[in-house]
Amino acid sequence: MTLKKVQEILQAEIICGENLLDIEIHLAGGADLMSDALAFGEPGLLLLTGLTNSQSVRTADIIGAKAIVYVRGKKPAKDVVEFAQSKKIPLLSTKFMMFTACGRLFSHNLPGVNEFKGKKSDAC
Amino acid sequence: MHAEVELSLNFDIKGRNFSNAGTISTKIKEILQELGIPMSIIRRTAIAAYEAEMNVVMYADKAKLTLCLTPAGISIIINDEGPGIEDIKQAMEEGFSTATDEIREMGFGAGMGLPNIKKNSDKMKISSIPGKGTSLDIFFNLSKVSEQ
Repeated sequence: MTLKKVQEILQAEIICGENLLDIEIHLAGGADLMSDALAFGEPGLLLLTGLTNSQSVRTADIIGAKAIVYVRGKKPAKDVVEFAQSKKIPLLSTKFMMFTACGRLFSHNLPGVNEFKGKKSDAC
Repeated sequence: MHAEVELSLNFDIKGRNFSNAGTISTKIKEILQELGIPMSIIRRTAIAAYEAEMNVVMYADKAKLTLCLTPAGISIIINDEGPGIEDIKQAMEEGFSTATDEIREMGFGAGMGLPNIKKNSDKMKISSIPGKGTSLDIFFNLSKVSEQ
């Protein structure tokens, strides 16, 4: 699905990256621990997190995540937004809690890392 | 064209400098992208470098990071000055952590760092002298390109 569709499903506010809403999202994962995102994330991930510091954007950049959705209505500080803009990583904010945000996307057939990896191995 | 490239760069990492944590790993990723290294190798290298850099920021006083690119691959060597690791075998276990609350607030300290460095690198050597510091030597084989 497109990031625009993600925005609609999560009734999310776009913090930055409005011009990138047509990018395709193929999988998503939720983590407040960037250690977990680094260990289990896949390239192209949509990262849902409640962590709004610069490490959320840096982790997204390092693992090759396509965008970040901040849950629980959280929003990052200006310097974090500027960092995301420099890395061309769109940032969104949804009022939904982590479980609900992930559940909404999953119920619209956006796979998590497990399902996405399963699909890839099925195709081999 | 990466086979001909040879490069050696040194970086200083400051311990407990949380505001700049990870900037060197981002720089390494940018350098490797400019050199045209395959994306799957860049990703593994950047993840391992970031984990290693965060370990220095979280636990050590300071460190020198050396990035070397040879026709065979990419090596990253980090020598830090700090408390060192008492039990490396235990530190390599997933979930083992001595992180403080400040570290966990940054989103780290889950005890995944060293195991994740091992997972993403092709070779990893670690040695430590408690009370003095830790040396980490990781290597990424340029001929090992995955489909990612």
